[in-house]
Amino acid sequence: MHDFLDMGGYGLYVWPSYGLAAAVLAWNIWSALRLQRIALEHARRRVAIAKSDAERAAH
Amino acid sequence: MATWTWFHKLSSPPHFYRIAGKMIPWYAIPAALLIVAGIYGGLVAAPADYQQGEAFRIIYVHAPSAWLSLMCYTTMAVAAAVGLIWRIKLAHALAAATAPIGASFALLCLVTGSLWGRPMWGTWWVWDGRLTSQLILFFLYLGYMALRSAYDDLQRADRASAVLALVGVVNVPIIHFSVYWWNSLHQGSTVIRKDGPAMPPSMLVPLLMCFAGFTLLYAALACVRVRAEVLNRERNATWLKELSPS
Amino acid sequence: MTPRRKRLFAILGILAGVGIATAVALKAFDNNLQYFYDPSEVASGKAPSDKAIRVGGMVTKGSVARAPGSLEISFVITDFAKNVTVKYNGVLPDLFREGQGIIAHGQLKDGVFVADEVLAKHDEKYMPPEVAKSLKKQAPAPAPEGRT
Repeated sequence: MHDFLDMGGYGLYVWPSYGLAAAVLAWNIWSALRLQRIALEHARRRVAIAKSDAERAAH
Repeated sequence: MATWTWFHKLSSPPHFYRIAGKMIPWYAIPAALLIVAGIYGGLVAAPADYQQGEAFRIIYVHAPSAWLSLMCYTTMAVAAAVGLIWRIKLAHALAAATAPIGASFALLCLVTGSLWGRPMWGTWWVWDGRLTSQLILFFLYLGYMALRSAYDDLQRADRASAVLALVGVVNVPIIHFSVYWWNSLHQGSTVIRKDGPAMPPSMLVPLLMCFAGFTLLYAALACVRVRAEVLNRERNATWLKELSPS
Repeated sequence: MTPRRKRLFAILGILAGVGIATAVALKAFDNNLQYFYDPSEVASGKAPSDKAIRVGGMVTKGSVARAPGSLEISFVITDFAKNVTVKYNGVLPDLFREGQGIIAHGQLKDGVFVADEVLAKHDEKYMPPEVAKSLKKQAPAPAPEGRT
């Protein structure tokens, strides 16, 4: 285990590389899902407003 | 003519929204499996290099992110051209959705390259052809995103940024061929080579898995992001009413 | 010509224009885009003397000589046509070894290159140590580095 973390003396360079890669992958997934959530929320709100406007106009 | 009807059907927002939604798991699940297997293969299963020892394992995140940053830019430029020529909003949406993904992988490529260069070359950074042109790619992404955000009007943002994406695409072949055109510190390509990959299968297979995994991840991310763009752009379309309630 | 056609040709025109302009600019600055000179360019006088430049080549086998009790080192680099002797006083990168491609930054003084920085260049080939060892037994000549 110690040998694995040490990476033949290059652990200081290998592990930050993989750590940053994990961070970039995580950011990409998080930000895409966040955009989707916000867009859906806004679209539903617009649909609801349009519907209530239409109902009010009908009365 | 059949391809054209298919193309027009796909480029209609509601149709794309449905199809892309269905495709996401088909991209995301293989992407996750391939990336996990590739990273495990690269960190654990692959042997150390005869010259670079364990430090060479950085290639498993460095090279796929370099590939993805180039592929994303090319996708962006092609989508921008399609958007300009055929006035297809969905193509502009794809270009806009691709930029932040490409930028993040261009940055990952630069930083991991730096972390690799320090122990192997003896320097964090040099201004040789390859490193400089890759840095320019990163700045092109930033410029593209900044230009988009400078416009309030979506249509003008689409057109102005599309021209920048097109002009910047000349940098893509420069990045690839820089190491062959000029003396550089960076070595040539390992996988795309006349005589075939300069790697034994024990090292190559995990690398190819990472390449495929990153590419499929892009496809999944692009589907999610373009769907969000479509929702924001189709402000009052009637098909939005069919969205399932939360 | 339909407007769509017009836009298509306009875009092709932009791409061709930018492409040609870039190609011309790169051609004009070709020498500045070279990260280093190789020993043949040094020998033919293309590399300026008494000015900070970089030279690159492969470290010749058996040419590395260290001054006892100091970090000072001298070695010969080659591009398999011409040679340049390099003198250096400082820390070497991990990959520095005989038969390795290197790039040195410094000045040419009376035909000897006095370096203040030495970087190691590696090629695009990767293999496990055992494979490298058995390959070495079969064919001892290494592939040349640098400009091809």
